[in-house]
Amino acid sequence: MNKNNKAWKMLRILLLAVGMLLPYPMWAQSEAEPEAKEGIDMTSLILGHIGDAYEWHFWGEGENTVAIPLPILVYSQERGEWFFFSFEHLEEAEKEGKDYQGFKIAEAGEPNAGKVVEYSRASGEWVRPVDLSLTKNAVGLIINSIILICIVLGCAKWYKNKKPSDEAPRGFVGLMEMMISMVYYDIIKANIPQHVQRYAGYLLCAFFFIFLTNLIGLIPGSANITGNIAVTFVLACCTFLFVNLGGNKEYWKEIFWADVPGWLKPIMAVIEFFGIFTKPIALMIRLFANIMAGHAALLALIGVIFITANISPVINGIMTPLSVIFAIFLDCLECLVAFIQAYVFTMLSAVFIGLSVPKHHAEGH
Amino acid sequence: MSLLTPDIGLIFWMLVAFGVVFFVLVKFGWPIITQMVDERKKYIDDSLESARQANEKLAKIQEESAALLKQAREQQSQILADAMEQRKQIVEKAQTEATIAGQKILEEAKQQIEVEKEDAIRDIRRQVGLLSVEIAEKVLRQSLKTDKDQMAMIDRLLDEMDNKK
Repeated sequence: MNKNNKAWKMLRILLLAVGMLLPYPMWAQSEAEPEAKEGIDMTSLILGHIGDAYEWHFWGEGENTVAIPLPILVYSQERGEWFFFSFEHLEEAEKEGKDYQGFKIAEAGEPNAGKVVEYSRASGEWVRPVDLSLTKNAVGLIINSIILICIVLGCAKWYKNKKPSDEAPRGFVGLMEMMISMVYYDIIKANIPQHVQRYAGYLLCAFFFIFLTNLIGLIPGSANITGNIAVTFVLACCTFLFVNLGGNKEYWKEIFWADVPGWLKPIMAVIEFFGIFTKPIALMIRLFANIMAGHAALLALIGVIFITANISPVINGIMTPLSVIFAIFLDCLECLVAFIQAYVFTMLSAVFIGLSVPKHHAEGH
Repeated sequence: MSLLTPDIGLIFWMLVAFGVVFFVLVKFGWPIITQMVDERKKYIDDSLESARQANEKLAKIQEESAALLKQAREQQSQILADAMEQRKQIVEKAQTEATIAGQKILEEAKQQIEVEKEDAIRDIRRQVGLLSVEIAEKVLRQSLKTDKDQMAMIDRLLDEMDNKK
């Protein structure tokens, strides 16, 4: 009986949820304000969501906006000064059609659209200052970094005063240990058995940084950090540096004087030389594109609801549950992708590093 | 295209954030955990190894004790067989000895019987001699009742003696 009751309850909740989804657009349609009919510019909406911003926008438009304006930090090369102020000032100045201390946000259609630009008295144009503003992504990065440091140091604290013969950790620390062991043994030790200690720190950092950032990026309202090319650029640069600064003689010999017939040597050298750069670039693009595309697809699926709302209530009624179901599916998929991309980035980095430190006299083995 | 152009500001903040994460975790985070994981792995491996060795030792001991038991059984049956053999021998020996002793006794008895028989026969002979002398005396006395008979007898005997000379 109890089980039946539970099932019935679940069914009722489900029906209720579907019911709530169905009629709402029809009423909304009848009460809709005329401007809602204008349609939505999905492209700018999606780009706005997956791009960076000077404010942390939660919900609402116009007067009802709920957003946190973030600090802006710019260096004017012309004036030779640092400027530090809140984005609020720029917004207020924009409403009055003015600039704030010679700065404004470039409008759509202008070069550097959406970024802070400075009026240059010398050329009479709006130019880009050195912009170190704490944008949404920068703040997100800092928050994620703090979370990651807290998690890992919290786990590390558990191990103090523990002996190897003690019980293995349970709960969250156990989960972390399982994942750390996975990265440590399956990725790092498997690929770089000869220099585990030298590279373990970076690869573990990279994995958990990407994984955590990917997961946090899936929370609605959070920043799309790993889907930003600047972030993946820095990560790829780190891998590039670790691969090439740690590379030993054999690695460089393989690149510039590969073990191939004489006439092939110069060709191979050119190919291998480009390979040095294409590998990290591939890493950068892969992570960025995967996460960015996932967010874009999710937004597009949700956007379907609002686009069809302007077409017909019937289509909207059909499409809304469909797009919600697809969005849920895609969200689950994105959770998987969050892990896979972190894994792939770390795995490939480890493989590249492993190739850069071949064992001496490898043929002897 | 703004999506594909890395922003200098964000690169800067990413460098700062990731750099801090990297240095803090490399110094205070990962080594503690990975070292412990390594040590625990080693501990588990060692424990497994020692457990395996202990098992092997136990199996060996069991094998040895089984062998010992088997040997003891063999010895026991050997001893039992020996005892049977010995008993049989003793019994046989006793029988032989008994037979020999019996024969000896029998022999002695026969000899004694023989001796007794000869004694008896000698005795009988003497008795018979005596009896015959007595009988002869009686017979003689009967026939020599008169003096004449006696003189006739003497004469004859003298004649016989003369004849013999």
